Amino acid sequence: MKLDSKVPKGDLGDKWTNYKSKVRLVAPNNKRRIEIIVVGSGLAGASAAATLGELGYKVKCFCFQDSPRRAHSIAAQGGINAAKNYQNDGDSAYRLFYDTIKGGDYRSREGNVHRLAEVSVQIIDQCVAQGVPFARDYGGLLANRSFGGVQVSRTFYARGQTGQQLLLGAYSALSRQIENGSVKMYNRHEMLDVVLIDGKARGIIARNLITGEIERHGAHAVVLGTGGYGNVFFLSTNAMGSNVTAAWKAHKKGALFANPCFTQIHPTCIPVSGGYQSKLTLMSESLRNDGRVWVPKRKEDCKKHPNEIPEEDRDYYLERIYPAFGNLVPRDVASRAAKYVTDEGRGVGKTGYAVYLDFSTAINRLGKDLIAERYGNLFDMYHRITDENPYEVPMRIFPAVHYTMGGLWVDYELSTNVPGLYAIGEANFSDHGANRLGASALMQGLADGYFVLPVTIGSYLADEIRTAATDTNHPAFKKAENEVKTRLEKLLNIKGDKSVDDFHIALGKIMWDKCGMAREGKGLKQALKEIQELRAEFWKNVFIPGDAHEFNPELEKAGRLADFLELGELMVNDALDRNESCGGHFREEYKSKEGEAVRDDENYRYVAAWGYSGDPSKPELHKEALDFEFVELKTRSYK
Amino acid sequence: MKLTLKVWRQKNSKTRGRMETYPIDGIDEDMSFLEMIDVLNQNLIKEKKDPVAFDHDCREGICGMCSMFINGEPHGPEKGVTTCQLHMRSFKDGDTIVIEPWRAEAFPVIKDLVVDRSAFDTIIQAGGYISVNTGNAMEANAIPVDKSIANEAMNAAICIGCGACVAACKNSSAMLFLSAKVSHLNMLPQGEVEGKRRVLKMMKAHDEAGFGSCTNTGACSAECPKEISLSNIARLNRAYIAASLTSEESI
Ligand SMILES: Cc1cc2nc3c(=O)[nH]c(=O)nc-3n(C[C@H](O)[C@H](O)[C@H](O)COP(=O)(O)OP(=O)(O)OC[C@H]3O[C@@H](n4cnc5c(N)ncnc54)[C@H](O)[C@@H]3O)c2cc1C
Ligand code: SF4
Ligand code: FES
Repeated sequence: MKLDSKVPKGDLGDKWTNYKSKVRLVAPNNKRRIEIIVVGSGLAGASAAATLGELGYKVKCFCFQDSPRRAHSIAAQGGINAAKNYQNDGDSAYRLFYDTIKGGDYRSREGNVHRLAEVSVQIIDQCVAQGVPFARDYGGLLANRSFGGVQVSRTFYARGQTGQQLLLGAYSALSRQIENGSVKMYNRHEMLDVVLIDGKARGIIARNLITGEIERHGAHAVVLGTGGYGNVFFLSTNAMGSNVTAAWKAHKKGALFANPCFTQIHPTCIPVSGGYQSKLTLMSESLRNDGRVWVPKRKEDCKKHPNEIPEEDRDYYLERIYPAFGNLVPRDVASRAAKYVTDEGRGVGKTGYAVYLDFSTAINRLGKDLIAERYGNLFDMYHRITDENPYEVPMRIFPAVHYTMGGLWVDYELSTNVPGLYAIGEANFSDHGANRLGASALMQGLADGYFVLPVTIGSYLADEIRTAATDTNHPAFKKAENEVKTRLEKLLNIKGDKSVDDFHIALGKIMWDKCGMAREGKGLKQALKEIQELRAEFWKNVFIPGDAHEFNPELEKAGRLADFLELGELMVNDALDRNESCGGHFREEYKSKEGEAVRDDENYRYVAAWGYSGDPSKPELHKEALDFEFVELKTRSYK
Repeated sequence: MKLTLKVWRQKNSKTRGRMETYPIDGIDEDMSFLEMIDVLNQNLIKEKKDPVAFDHDCREGICGMCSMFINGEPHGPEKGVTTCQLHMRSFKDGDTIVIEPWRAEAFPVIKDLVVDRSAFDTIIQAGGYISVNTGNAMEANAIPVDKSIANEAMNAAICIGCGACVAACKNSSAMLFLSAKVSHLNMLPQGEVEGKRRVLKMMKAHDEAGFGSCTNTGACSAECPKEISLSNIARLNRAYIAASLTSEESI
């Protein structure tokens, strides 16, 4: 398959402007007749649904939580980037673009990323107008902080709850459209398939999670803003319900899945404390602005109380190895460094899988009050979970799965290769390459939803103005509905002996051990076999209580896990295909003498877009070559 | 730890519920309350019984999904935390713990501990927004906002919409929730413009959704996991009187 990215020709800074002035439009009277389904009410979905509703389209929006306000985006802590240059520190759209391309280890499209940097400034304007209470300075103007991987201060924040405030902003805009009737909201509904008619996406099959009823919904286009798939690892910082199902169903209906192995392991999370653990808690990366990461120089000191280890016996390893960026190196670099020091036996805490994040220097310099103002709620959260006071004892942190750069392949218009099917936010693969910089997912989700998709979708819908409303009695809907029902019954009829969680924990362990922070050909091949066996056992031996015609959380979990069990194998296949180390994908075989990642631009400068063949073990690889016209490919160095 | 759990079981909104007793063992004090319920549910599944349905998602106190009424208090005994942030170290070996859903007419039970809180969405839809379309916005720094006002607005904006205030209130009033949103928006210059209309419309939606009226007992704020202040209700009352007297529009 020839993949056309549809990035417009022309100078980097002109592409989006030119595109917007030439894209075809849909007249207001036609918009009223055109129906769009938006699945997801996170930053991407809510902002898209609200904006499409404002434009006059007839929108249906779906989420599986009990309210759109609870989408996983609510949990984002640290902030959102924008090239406002309010701090006069030399920032610009080009610099934000460059940092993002470099941070992503040169595995993203120049055109997309520059557009993201351009619209970033509009996002801040929009959110402030909506009443998002960003942090401010005494003059009443907006404040900024810095995040890893950059040397300017361009991150806007609302205490440690930026995602919450941004999502509540988008939710308020969405609520306004729900009130005026342009958006109809379906809470506690889970999309279980996308329906294609004549090769175009024309609707979805959804399950009402309260009654168990299977519903058909038709539209002229379907937009997926269904988030990332980090929960394939069982333990991650994602919310419990985050899943790949919507994207995976789209994949099985023909949409390509790009770069699935590009997953982000976040360096600052609270370490695992016991086998009962159900999720991991992130401590925002913004903490690295003022916290210093260290481990004892000597193994023997690891069990000592940290406050008893004198300065000269501490190894501030990030500051030592990466003097230019210090504690603010990108996430992949910081995570790997933590892995190395713990592998050497210098990890701390009960399990030895932790490093210190120490605020004593900052508290001495700035005072406890200022630190409390900046990070108070994060410190409280840490205190509550661990029962330790981080104002007095250094925090213990360890890397954890956090974000997935991979996702549905989309072109410049955010369209998948299936006409009429779009993917936005974390669900697509578009802008972060092999590693996402902090505070850029919120930016991308809102860029896609407020400013990009509502424009680009017009180019498809302009040809659909004569298309009548979709008939949900079409055989394609009947067939899809039957398949969904059959699968639910099949799951319920297994009546085996193990719970869904038993299988999920087992899958998570395979993924973390063999396709996690570091990967190796041999381990990956073994993982393929283990996942296949686990999947086979799941379909023979899982036990799901209850039935399909009621509120049944175990049934929901089982359906999601069944998809993770297929996705996991694709991730491993992708990791095996990519014989290089780049960003979050680190292959033990491809590293320099100093242990740094070694990219292979000659052979792997492509997006790996995988097609579904009918057999999850035999995916088909399509490559989209990445051309760099405006930046020179360099070895990423943060030293 | 060894505990006795008394849990509300109710198959769906049409059937009547009852308390069931479950002994449970092997609970670690570092577990969160929901992880303790996970253990109970895994045990029930192993016995081929129906696990206890409960709402949860983020498990870090921000999504507002978790909603358990524990030993007579929404979100349990600790101040300023949600159920998912409550840890078993707050209980003693041998304790009996009673777990019920939120009880309020406007929050009907869906199953076991899961309730329907869409009435909160309805209140927000009535006016919990600033009317600005995408693309309409002016340059962000063109509207300076006094730092202390921005802070106050943020203090109100952190409400997670969990509904504990309603569950704690003997009148099942949602005034704390409603007033937090009104304070957040009306305090900011951007939101002040449509402030009166907002107050009137949201109050109307509140009453129509079946929430009771506020008699200032203060139970809501005392149980709110985000410690939303009662002063928001006072501010709302003032705004409501002013709006009722001066608004020219009939809502
Ligand atoms: C703890 C944490 C902190 C973070 N902090 C930051 C930060 O500081 N800065 C930053 O830039 N990024 C941060 N991120 C990343 C960022 O929050 C996410 O990438 C982003 O919010 C994803 O938004 P989204 O709209 O794509 O998806 P989500 O917010 O995950 O929303 C997905 C939506 O899809 C719905 N959905 C999913 N599947 C289905 C289905 N089958 N049927 C119906 N509905 C479905 C869900 O109900 C939900 O509404 C953080 C992430 C985590 C985990
Ligand atoms: S005011 Fe407090 S208790 Fe009420 S919904 Fe908001 S956070 Fe929950
Ligand atoms: S599960 Fe999100 S607040 Fe408790």
